[in-house]
Amino acid sequence: MASLKDLRNRIASVKATQKITKAMQMVAAAKLRRAQLAAESARPYAASMEEVLANIAGNASSESAPRLLAGTGRDDTHLLVVATSERGLCGGFNSSISRLAIAKIKELKATGKTVKILCIGKKGHDILKRKYADDIIDVVDLRAVKSLGFSDAEAIGMQVLKLFADDAFDICTLFYSEFKTIMEQIPTAQQLIPASFEKVETGDEQAGAIYDYEPGEDEILADLLPRNVSVQIFRGLLENAASEQGARMSSMDSATRNAGEMIGKLTLSYNRQRQAQITKELIEIISGAEAV
Amino acid sequence: MAEAFNFELVSPERLVFKDEVTEVVVPGVEGYFAVLKNHAPVIASLNPGYLDLTLASGETQRMYVRGGFADVNKNGLKILAEKAIPVAEVTGEFLSGEIDHAQAAVEASTSDGDRVVAELRVSRLKDIEQ
Repeated sequence: MASLKDLRNRIASVKATQKITKAMQMVAAAKLRRAQLAAESARPYAASMEEVLANIAGNASSESAPRLLAGTGRDDTHLLVVATSERGLCGGFNSSISRLAIAKIKELKATGKTVKILCIGKKGHDILKRKYADDIIDVVDLRAVKSLGFSDAEAIGMQVLKLFADDAFDICTLFYSEFKTIMEQIPTAQQLIPASFEKVETGDEQAGAIYDYEPGEDEILADLLPRNVSVQIFRGLLENAASEQGARMSSMDSATRNAGEMIGKLTLSYNRQRQAQITKELIEIISGAEAV
Repeated sequence: MAEAFNFELVSPERLVFKDEVTEVVVPGVEGYFAVLKNHAPVIASLNPGYLDLTLASGETQRMYVRGGFADVNKNGLKILAEKAIPVAEVTGEFLSGEIDHAQAAVEASTSDGDRVVAELRVSRLKDIEQ
């Protein structure tokens, strides 16, 4: 049985931990608001980009289509871009993205494909390097980046495109976590190269419009497709940032609650023990007095 | 008086501008072109350059845009630009940064076609700088 002093110390230390987790939760909540805003303001751009590309790509003939759209015609080498966070303490955020990526790696390896991994963020790299250290070609460190700008995503996009131009891979997939709600983040795999578009609904009046293209459809496609890679990466990173803060917020919230529960239990046993001691002392005094 | 239409200027980071305008001059790859109400639907690539817009109130504004495209349809004009800032914030330093950026694209280009386009962008930027 722990002594009263031990119990007092434990209560104090759990209280200190609770204060930290509470503070982290509030910081995450503030950052989440900003990250969510950033993710939302990036949406119109990505959405319009996709709309226009889908429009043009639907019309483009398959033979003359650029490689970014049509692919290399093989699927032997896969590049997996795994975007995770730079910091931990955010619940299952990093491990769920990594788990999705690992499942994909296993599946590809089982069918004899070559896998190359590009890690964005330290945490995912830590997880993946345990098993697949030889397949990791590069790690992008975003720790120094305060607020994510398009140029950061563009640099990664350039790197991917350069690899593609060098024939280093055939298919590129981006892994990130989509932000649904604070409680719910969905690890997602999105194929970047060759680009795949959902069919534009024909009922949409805007999609039905006949466009003039300047300079020409093919040139615009050739201009937009590489840019689309960066835009999609940017969107993935922003969604990731919002998801990370959301995951951290909810995990810190439950940590705070757990600490509260623990404090309750410890206080209860502390009080019980204190009372037992008082009772014991009283009995000693009374029985001492009776003996006289 | 020209009629007003919707204009949106979107960069990857945010919606830069959204309002009713009567005229927008867009720096397309094949030259500047003006968009008025009921312009025919067109999708045009952009060169780095200045975007001149006339608001419904008659006030004019100038913005620097780089990279992206203009999408004109019956709902109005939407410009997606990689970078878009008001002209007041454009400095010589900023422009030389932009030129370096464009120059890097020239170095990185893999085909002749890309190189020509990238070099055109550099020269266009150098024109602006003067």
